[in-house]
Amino acid sequence: MPPRAAFHRAAIAAVSIWATLLLAGAGYGAESIEHELSGSLDVDSRWYPQAGAHPEQRAHASGFAAEPKLHLKGEGDWSFTVTPFLRYDGADSRRTHADLREAYLLVFGEAGDGEWELRLGVDRVFWGVTESQHLVDIINQTDLVEHPNKESKLGQPMAHLTWSAEWGILEFFAMTYHRARTYPGRHGRLRSSIIIDDEHVSYESAAREWRVDLAARYSHSFGPFDVGVSVFDGISRQPYISPHFDDRGAISLRHNYDNIRQFSVDAQYTVESWLLKLEAIQREGARNLLGMKEDFAAFVIGGEYTFNSIFGSAADLGLLAEWNYDERSERSNSEFQNDLFFAVRLGLNDAQSTEIIAGVLADADHTTRTLSIELRRRISDQWSMKLEAIVLMDVEEEDIIYDTRRDSFVALNVTYNF
Amino acid sequence: MMHAHLVRTALLLLAICTSVLVHPQATPRAEGATPEEKGIQIARDTRERARGFDNFTAEQSMVLRNKHGQESRRQLRVKVLETDGGGNKSLFVFDRPRDVRGTALLVHTHKKKNDDQWLYLPALKRVKRISSSNQSGSFMGSEFAYEDMGTQEVEKFRYRYLRDEPCGKLTCTVVERYPTNKRSGYTRQIVWQDKDELRVWQVQYYDRKNAHLKTLKLGKYKLYLDKYWQAREMNMVNHLTGKSTVLSWNNYKFRTKLKASEFTRTGLKRVR
Repeated sequence: MPPRAAFHRAAIAAVSIWATLLLAGAGYGAESIEHELSGSLDVDSRWYPQAGAHPEQRAHASGFAAEPKLHLKGEGDWSFTVTPFLRYDGADSRRTHADLREAYLLVFGEAGDGEWELRLGVDRVFWGVTESQHLVDIINQTDLVEHPNKESKLGQPMAHLTWSAEWGILEFFAMTYHRARTYPGRHGRLRSSIIIDDEHVSYESAAREWRVDLAARYSHSFGPFDVGVSVFDGISRQPYISPHFDDRGAISLRHNYDNIRQFSVDAQYTVESWLLKLEAIQREGARNLLGMKEDFAAFVIGGEYTFNSIFGSAADLGLLAEWNYDERSERSNSEFQNDLFFAVRLGLNDAQSTEIIAGVLADADHTTRTLSIELRRRISDQWSMKLEAIVLMDVEEEDIIYDTRRDSFVALNVTYNF
Repeated sequence: MMHAHLVRTALLLLAICTSVLVHPQATPRAEGATPEEKGIQIARDTRERARGFDNFTAEQSMVLRNKHGQESRRQLRVKVLETDGGGNKSLFVFDRPRDVRGTALLVHTHKKKNDDQWLYLPALKRVKRISSSNQSGSFMGSEFAYEDMGTQEVEKFRYRYLRDEPCGKLTCTVVERYPTNKRSGYTRQIVWQDKDELRVWQVQYYDRKNAHLKTLKLGKYKLYLDKYWQAREMNMVNHLTGKSTVLSWNNYKFRTKLKASEFTRTGLKRVR
């Protein structure tokens, strides 16, 4: 069974569990189990002013997403959280997808002078400090069809044990059921010229997606320094894309996942109005753009400065700059191989929390510039909106994002939060 | 930054709340002191009486009104733990507006060092260390400014006692205070506190041009643990814009079973 179909089933199962729990909680749980329902419903529309570079690509896509979260809390220190996710997209059937973002049991207690915590089930974990990319963040797979910014993540089954005390936070992860990255389909934009075959995923490990991945992380705050050191030993979240020819000679692209080991460090120094940030990785065992295994290091370094109450108003103005570097350079399968990121963030601090972020990602090795402008505003207590534009400029043929060169877009999201 | 307003709101609320926690036994003040000495003594007494509460939880709601009477609301939960070193650890969880539901802020305040602040963003499950020097300006269109919280730190002002005068059935001391921070938006503030219990009833704020910018009125005081007076309603009016903000406190609980582990970065991620 293709993994994607399998996960659709899993997601449907999760929704069923979720509904059952909700009914159970509402029915007789009132005295012993507290339940809380929250979440969001989102309507989105994207317009692509330029015709697609590849046949069958649509110029417009509208759809909606739902992400309800049910939280059950029992007596004592345990809770259970289920968050299914459903996206419908009118243009791209691959972007129409379901996922189980969360379904985990959480227990915790005291351990000596500190405490322990165990999360069992599907969860999301975030590591890192920078804004232009999340280099060290590796526990969850990217849900790429959601947004090219890679901020959306697929739920990952895991056991996550935390032990923390005065000396810091120590975490251990054991994961299985590797999730393949989601990719746009024929009618979708922001894709390669040949669509990626999502039914044939290959793994270096004989156990395929059932290999057990392990990770550990230590993090602590030393005064103004927040530091995290992590190691990950498991299946790469970033695929190596290879061409494949079928019996009739038709070409397709497949994603392959290698076994990798990654060491990483992330640090932030917070002083006055400054945030200074670093993320760095050393990855072993992954194939590069040419399909050869190559160990490499990569980093993001940068900072953020905020001016408060500019021009006597209530508004804040933040300036961000980050440098992304990957030592594989032209052999890198990351678009952040040598890229500078600059952004301005204006927060009006009004009753609607109006915020505007404008940024540019400039490729230092190519002419490519990616501009992004985002306006966020609250409409009422429960409604909010986001208007954004992503503009791809001067994309060179040598750049790995060349296939998306005509995919600048304007998007509007209207969200109901509950 | 995106959540600066949340941070400011929370810190401000914390400060207001800890600054008006006072308890009854007044210490006698020296006779014949200068107005400056009398002013600072009142501030010290007020602060002394706010100590020893151990921990509390509360719910807060804010109503922001513009001059056309349009309203918007904020709702959050607060947990505060006193620590041995003289600082506090506090946790704020936002419930409304719904787009920031579940967003939480952890603050470790220090007496001398800058405060440490971490923000939890539930959509990404990301914990972000943020700057605590982000002090000036108003937030979310509310009439409270971040620096309005500064009242609990005696060292943040110079003082001058002005007079005693009746305030309702009580007698109040009227003290003028001058912010020492050069980034302050005020030249001076005038504070009315009753002589019996040192409760703050009114504060007038004067801007950099020395114009009367805002007035804060406090009310619905209630005594907790036989020791701490807490205002449950605070109304800030801006005289220049005609906007106002009413801040209400509900469901105060002192000395609850709060654990130190709730006030850590791991605890922050568990917040509901």
